[in-house]
Amino acid sequence: MDYTLTFKEYNKSLKRGKLLGLKCNDCGKYTCPPKMACQECGSTNLEVVQMKGSGKVITFTVSYVPAEGREAEVPYTIVMVQLDEGPWLLGNLTDMDPNNVTMDLIGKEVQLGSRMKTLPGDAYTVGNKEAEGSFARATFVFA
Amino acid sequence: MRKVAIAGVGHTPFTFAAEKSSVELFNEAAMDALVESGLTAKDIQAIYVGNVLGDFSEGQIMIQSYIADDLGAFGVAATRYEGACASASLAIRDAFIWVASGFYDIVLVGGVETSAKMGTPLATRTFAMAHDAHYEYPAGLTFPGFFAMLAHLYSTNYGIPLQRLKEQMAQVSVQSHKYGMHNKYAQFHKEITVDDVLKSFMVCTPLQIYDCCPFSDGAAVMVLASEDVAKKLTSKPVYIAGVGQASSGKLSAQKNYAPRIRARELSVKQAYSMAGIGPDDVDVCELHDCFSIASLIAAESLGFAEYGKAGEMWEKGEFDRGGKVAINMSGGLKSKGHPIGATGASQAVDIVHQMRGEVEPGRQVEDVKIGLTDTLGGDGVLCNMVLQRGW
Repeated sequence: MDYTLTFKEYNKSLKRGKLLGLKCNDCGKYTCPPKMACQECGSTNLEVVQMKGSGKVITFTVSYVPAEGREAEVPYTIVMVQLDEGPWLLGNLTDMDPNNVTMDLIGKEVQLGSRMKTLPGDAYTVGNKEAEGSFARATFVFA
Repeated sequence: MRKVAIAGVGHTPFTFAAEKSSVELFNEAAMDALVESGLTAKDIQAIYVGNVLGDFSEGQIMIQSYIADDLGAFGVAATRYEGACASASLAIRDAFIWVASGFYDIVLVGGVETSAKMGTPLATRTFAMAHDAHYEYPAGLTFPGFFAMLAHLYSTNYGIPLQRLKEQMAQVSVQSHKYGMHNKYAQFHKEITVDDVLKSFMVCTPLQIYDCCPFSDGAAVMVLASEDVAKKLTSKPVYIAGVGQASSGKLSAQKNYAPRIRARELSVKQAYSMAGIGPDDVDVCELHDCFSIASLIAAESLGFAEYGKAGEMWEKGEFDRGGKVAINMSGGLKSKGHPIGATGASQAVDIVHQMRGEVEPGRQVEDVKIGLTDTLGGDGVLCNMVLQRGW
């Protein structure tokens, strides 16, 4: 059985600022990022939909210790956003100095920004790069 | 199913960058386990090895075959398990199932890792490979980042102000170092204070360096045998009375349960049920304290505390020696160290030593009859084991 929405299609679309997800035709709930089966009920009766790209911050962290190859990024803010349609999506918050981020961020309304950040990949993702290109990162700004 | 016992154990010191290879570390622990059991390598029917990142730290995959051959267990079936930080526990659970089924009578199982050899940048990168590489690593997720986000979520969900939560978390690290002090195998022999934790440098808000376990090198190994064989090998068999294993998806896919790790609840329920016990029966527990907040989350799902209350219980000494259940008397991952492929085996080995009354006086718990291990790999591979004293 083919995936209804592959990483490649999701990624290509997200890089252009368009967030795709899946709506379940059985339980009516949404899955984003995509999976083979509905995140809520496990059904494969899914259709591709465009998500609004807005939601609220559920949790976050400001990271000061980078993985190899990502030294230039620190400090950076990672946010877990509950999208309006229900799913959680991990991304970065770009319009606030990470050093000023506090617990007040939780609950704040955010939306996808107009410019998505990408990760070029590294020596360990060479297969992905050849097949799929760079990795889109959901990049959020305050709504 | 037959009863299965741990007949002998071995454990190397857990250290910063080791001078020995993974094969050497594993086999030093393996030979100790064999000697304890009165066996030689020729008596082993199969070898199960937890190892995660040998390809990155030493350029070595398929380490299990070289371990078997080096040890003198020529030609035996050897299998490597990768379940991130739970690898050795998965190996032990499968080894248990093979012996319980009657397929084998005597197997060698354990784990080894040399992640400290890699240094922090490469270790951080390769550990993060246990996150979802396509959907969550691109945003910069790392393991401290993962648990940092759970800490903020924990604070919000249970209404504990962050500063208060950080003090509770710090107490977990303080207790771990208090016992790691006495453990001859531990990476750190250093007591710390709550103030030390709260003044240490920031890794991923709100986690500071003393909220985090170190990168570590080391190995732990045990001999498993069927009950009838084990009784001939040792007067102190420790039975694996229950096992559980479960998995969860990436962090965003855990939205209906976080900060709880659902896989842990499923896994420990299996282990308790198989052993016919509950959390109140556990004398000692080695739980997966890769980060201070991870201890709180684990203790609650294992049934030792109500949700949101584990931090208070640590502060009250309920998880200290003499408390409701003695947790991480080894010093835990925080102070003993966390060579990820070996950790699950190390937890079990320490409980065996506790039951035999063989650990240092400063961390020995009296009359340990039932122990529980809890090992978490990546975002959510969970394995639990109930160990029962057999004498």
